[in-house]
Amino acid sequence: MISLGGLTIENARSAIQARTITATALAEAHYAKIDSHDPQIGAYLTLCKERALHKADEIDAMAVRGDQLPPLAGIPVGIKDVLVTRGIRTTAGSKIIGNFVPPYDATAVARLEAAGAVILGKLNCDEFAMGSSNENSAFRPVHNPRDLSRVPGGSSGGSAAAVAADMAVAALGSDTGGSIRQPASFCGVVGLMPTYGRVSRYGLIAFASSLDHVGPIAKTVKDAALVLRTIAGRDPMDSTSADVPVPDYVAELEKPVRGVRLGVAKEYFGEGLNEEVRTAVECAIQKLAKLGCEVVPVSLPHTEYAIPTYYILATAEASSNLARFDGVRYGYRASNAGNVPEMYRRTRDEGFGAEVKRRIMLGTYALSAGYYEAYYLKAQKVRSLLARDFETAFQQVDAIVTPTSPTTAFKLGEKLDDPLSMYLADVYTVTADLAGIPGISVPCGESKNKLPIGLQILGRHFDEATVLRIAHAYERA
Amino acid sequence: MNVSEKDVSYVADLAKLDLTSEERSRMLRDLNSILAYIDRLDELDTSEISPMAQILSAVEEQESGSMRDDVREGLRQSLPHDEAMANAPVTDGTFFKVPKVIER
Repeated sequence: MISLGGLTIENARSAIQARTITATALAEAHYAKIDSHDPQIGAYLTLCKERALHKADEIDAMAVRGDQLPPLAGIPVGIKDVLVTRGIRTTAGSKIIGNFVPPYDATAVARLEAAGAVILGKLNCDEFAMGSSNENSAFRPVHNPRDLSRVPGGSSGGSAAAVAADMAVAALGSDTGGSIRQPASFCGVVGLMPTYGRVSRYGLIAFASSLDHVGPIAKTVKDAALVLRTIAGRDPMDSTSADVPVPDYVAELEKPVRGVRLGVAKEYFGEGLNEEVRTAVECAIQKLAKLGCEVVPVSLPHTEYAIPTYYILATAEASSNLARFDGVRYGYRASNAGNVPEMYRRTRDEGFGAEVKRRIMLGTYALSAGYYEAYYLKAQKVRSLLARDFETAFQQVDAIVTPTSPTTAFKLGEKLDDPLSMYLADVYTVTADLAGIPGISVPCGESKNKLPIGLQILGRHFDEATVLRIAHAYERA
Repeated sequence: MNVSEKDVSYVADLAKLDLTSEERSRMLRDLNSILAYIDRLDELDTSEISPMAQILSAVEEQESGSMRDDVREGLRQSLPHDEAMANAPVTDGTFFKVPKVIER
């Protein structure tokens, strides 16, 4: 019986190359784990065993021939269900496309598979990636593997839970306001949001086009770097994907952090921050200082305006992106509609969940005639101010360290009645999405009741190498 | 800004959402609560600030930009017709079928 607990991309791939295990056995061991544990967790929405075992077989044949294996050979991965997978049902966590079978693969998925990864299945998430707890999934909520009565975070709750529970070695998630980093923090795993445009959004079911990012959730920083190296890079199918060379993130990891300047922004350590989280993060910063980093106080003065800015821009963009779900070409269609307008209205009201409808309404309102300047345009201007805060700070420091979330994982149902309180949970993560900068969450301790705490490291545009290097040094210390 | 019931109806109409009356009253409450919070953006003077429309404008000063050459890409196939129709709720095999569009 293979022990899945200590598996990383690195050691799994070596074992497959050395033929001490087969990719097929590894995939089957993960499916067995999913069978026994996922009923309590709820991470997977769809399993694709045929595709997985076919790939595993291909990798095993290469290993037998003694071929050099590709970088992610045989690695069992899960894919957040907002990324399309050819021939495999993709739902975006919603009933409105509950039986959608895409005719193509998202670029990030295709790149993983081309590198040898074995795709186990599609991971549960908040509907259309809207949420911070994975309670907005139209199918079922996800439970935090570290405490089943609590949320895993969201919207990539299934991705974080699967990796934390060893039901995948790594996963792809998406991040618009914190949806990779916050669940990684709540579940005690590593979550990386790359720079906007670093990874293609082709095949990512769009929520907010100027804020969406695809990124890895993994057990170690090195694994996150390995996945990033595979999925990053210009894609002609996504005109917002940047034509910036992809460094070898893995080779950069071992460079020393001595002399790296770390910014600590007071706005991230103020009111509302849980004391245990504060202590753990301050401890982590001290550890980094002992490794030779220089700790520099900085200020990001517009931080308190980030949440309102985000909730205007993201919902406005979402209201536009979700207009395509109308029952005509794919997905759910309301029955017995007498005419097309009725079909649209009933399809959407019946197919979308409450949070999605709330955000569509807010976004539509913010864009409507008479309100566009007061809301959308205003928010775009405040976004400039927020981005400028970071630009200024990065003139004095190389990275900024913060808590990932003000609290540890909250209880299922705790925040469902008050949408605003749920939105405020994103306070430390939305700023990076708004500025387009990269950020990682790494585990940095536990609360007294054994809940994981996350340390967030933010970096300059396209400087994932520095962010990963600091995170790796901290993880190894 | 205070949202009224009339506003909720108007916006629901724009967004093509057929809200039930229970949904409408919840929506009224939630929108007002969220918008009250969002109104704090008015504390900031942004009269001299340009809106951030592009995320990576700094990086986009590259020759390639985001436009490709205007040539027909012979290598890229269109989605085959049957694959494109495969997820259609109602089809006659050629077209997507919908209820009548125009009332006579």
